[in-house]
Amino acid sequence: MVDKIKTLNHKLITTVVKPSFLAGIKKGIPIALGYIPIGITFGLMANSAGIPYYISIMMSLFVFAGASQFIAVNLLMLHTGAWEIILTTLIINLRHFLMSASLSQKLNPALSNRWRSLLAFGVTDETFSVASLESNENLGPQFLLGLNLISYGAWNLGTILGVLLGTNLPELIQNSMGIGLYAMFIGLLVPSLKKSPPILIIALIAIISNSLLDYNFSSLSTGWQVIISTTIAAAIGTVLFPEGVEAE
Amino acid sequence: MNLFYLILGMTAVTYIPRALPMVLLKELNLPPFLNRFLEFIPYAALGALIFPGILSSTGSLLSAILGGIIAIIIALIAPNLLLIVIGGIVGAFIGELLI
Repeated sequence: MVDKIKTLNHKLITTVVKPSFLAGIKKGIPIALGYIPIGITFGLMANSAGIPYYISIMMSLFVFAGASQFIAVNLLMLHTGAWEIILTTLIINLRHFLMSASLSQKLNPALSNRWRSLLAFGVTDETFSVASLESNENLGPQFLLGLNLISYGAWNLGTILGVLLGTNLPELIQNSMGIGLYAMFIGLLVPSLKKSPPILIIALIAIISNSLLDYNFSSLSTGWQVIISTTIAAAIGTVLFPEGVEAE
Repeated sequence: MNLFYLILGMTAVTYIPRALPMVLLKELNLPPFLNRFLEFIPYAALGALIFPGILSSTGSLLSAILGGIIAIIIALIAPNLLLIVIGGIVGAFIGELLI
């Protein structure tokens, strides 16, 4: 039995620790840098809402969805019912359906369902963006696992720091770091814009449509705004550029 | 209300949209236009995720714009994500100091 576990362990280690796994970890560093301060803020906010520390930590461990967790804490403070919070969470996170569908097409069809179910847990706006701009040959399960793990680790580390230490970063630092993940999105988008005019047009359509939605329908949740703008822009792109883009 | 059930429900509704397409679209042969649509999703999503959210990401509009511009400039010269993120943060920091 012990031997069996040992060989299993060995197998696990040799299959997991591969150069592509480390490459995934490395690519995830900018995400981690952005997640830690937001995680700290989440932990603190949950504390001040009177949510027990183990609930906040469990939320980050199991839900792993920043925007939804903030909104859940907010709604809990307002004594909103559980079903309403769960429904709101679903609406905010439906955008990941689109992202997973897109990512799924880039993965090797031979990749097992077990791997896919594991990797799906780590899909966030940020891991999706980084992963889907990787070239197809780099985008293996180990790469994604590394990328997901460092992001997940950073989110949970941030939460634990916020909950247990109970002190935030100085306001000046915290305010400045808020831009981190947006800067990362810019860093992902800009090089692609330079390479392909269709991408520039699609991104601009998304930006314009999202701004119009935000301005005219501010009651619409951010989740829906992103879903609608993304769908509109990608659909118009499909009509305008049926031959696709040379993204690589 | 039991908070454990809340977490359970939130886990389900966040995991299912992430996992369903990953598993179900595996060996489906999608028509070319749908493939194209899915191929465009990342760029469309990035546009929507950046703007206008970035404007309210820091303490003030000024620092957000300053950080954003510095991130764009670095991205144009040296597409290194970590550098871009740090540059954006430093830019926003300077903007916060200015006000």
